Amino acid sequence: MMVENFQELTNLQVDALKEIGNIGAGNAATALAQIINTKIDMNVPRVSILEFDKVPALIGGADTYVVGIYLTVFGSAPASLLFILPVEQACRLVDMMMGQPAGHTVPENMGEIEYSAMMELGNIISATYLNALVAFTQLTLAPSVPALGMDMAGAILNAILAQFGEVADHVLVLETQFRKDDEDVVGHFFMLPEPGSLNTILTALGVSH
Amino acid sequence: MSNIIQVGMADLKLAKAPDKLMTAGLGSCIGICIFDPVVKVGVLAHIMLPNSTQSKNPQNRAKFADSAIVMALEEMDKNGASRVRLQAKIAGGAQMFKFSGESDIMKIGERNTLAVIENLTKHNIKLVAKDTGGNFGRTIIFDVGDGSLLIRTIGHGERVI
Repeated sequence: MMVENFQELTNLQVDALKEIGNIGAGNAATALAQIINTKIDMNVPRVSILEFDKVPALIGGADTYVVGIYLTVFGSAPASLLFILPVEQACRLVDMMMGQPAGHTVPENMGEIEYSAMMELGNIISATYLNALVAFTQLTLAPSVPALGMDMAGAILNAILAQFGEVADHVLVLETQFRKDDEDVVGHFFMLPEPGSLNTILTALGVSH
Repeated sequence: MSNIIQVGMADLKLAKAPDKLMTAGLGSCIGICIFDPVVKVGVLAHIMLPNSTQSKNPQNRAKFADSAIVMALEEMDKNGASRVRLQAKIAGGAQMFKFSGESDIMKIGERNTLAVIENLTKHNIKLVAKDTGGNFGRTIIFDVGDGSLLIRTIGHGERVI
């Protein structure tokens, strides 16, 4: 069966996708925790099939000031990976990574070093997520270099969603939230498989029928 | 009472004065605002891509520069606007990511801008103001009564065009 329409996914397929989200994000959360030396928890991944218009709401609305680190996945199942977080959280993570007191970094003084630290963080989270996915599915997947954007959530998502717009009006979002101290949402990690990739992933997971 | 009508990504809406049209978080997308200053009616389209003829999925006409402008003109005709009086203002078309790879999606803002200008020209709609390009997002509020377009940004000021 070709899964061309996201709405046709069965419950079993949705569960299988959540499971890869779990494994990928579980490893990514561990990597993140090691970098910032703090306990990081994650929620149960959510699989949502959304109109483009509804995606910014997942991260607080199109106007929310965020930092987004974006990577493209090449290989047998092309996808987009996006680690996106409110700008205040990004500043906190930068301070933790660089051993600075909390509040040292503020949005106004984010510069090349801070961007580079955030991109490295996005890189490590994405690579860990992908490695787990590769080990689980035996698919050949490789990430691009990261790109960073710091602005309104809607604006950051535009360019990423536009490439899905050529072939679809909906996007499948596999989302995990990372939390620190059991409450604060540190950031959201999204995997957006290209429509053609979904079938490849489901087949690799043994749930293509 | 004036209402502010929200326009989402890949969406198009019409308003009559004193209502206003708003779209939040334009990045590489473009907000195309077309209005008739006499009838005081206007349309805001939030397009994502330049060209519907190259798409495998062109059904949603508001998603593409070329088909959204045709759709906007149809809406304006239905609401008593005159084609010769129409004016357009556009905003958006930014490149949002730094240190990007050579991927084509990074140039989508520029391609969108060119396609919007080309299609406005094709339909003889006068482009009276634009605020495009750069590397920052824009939230816009379009007053269809006087055609003024308020542009808000994070860290790049606020202006009316």
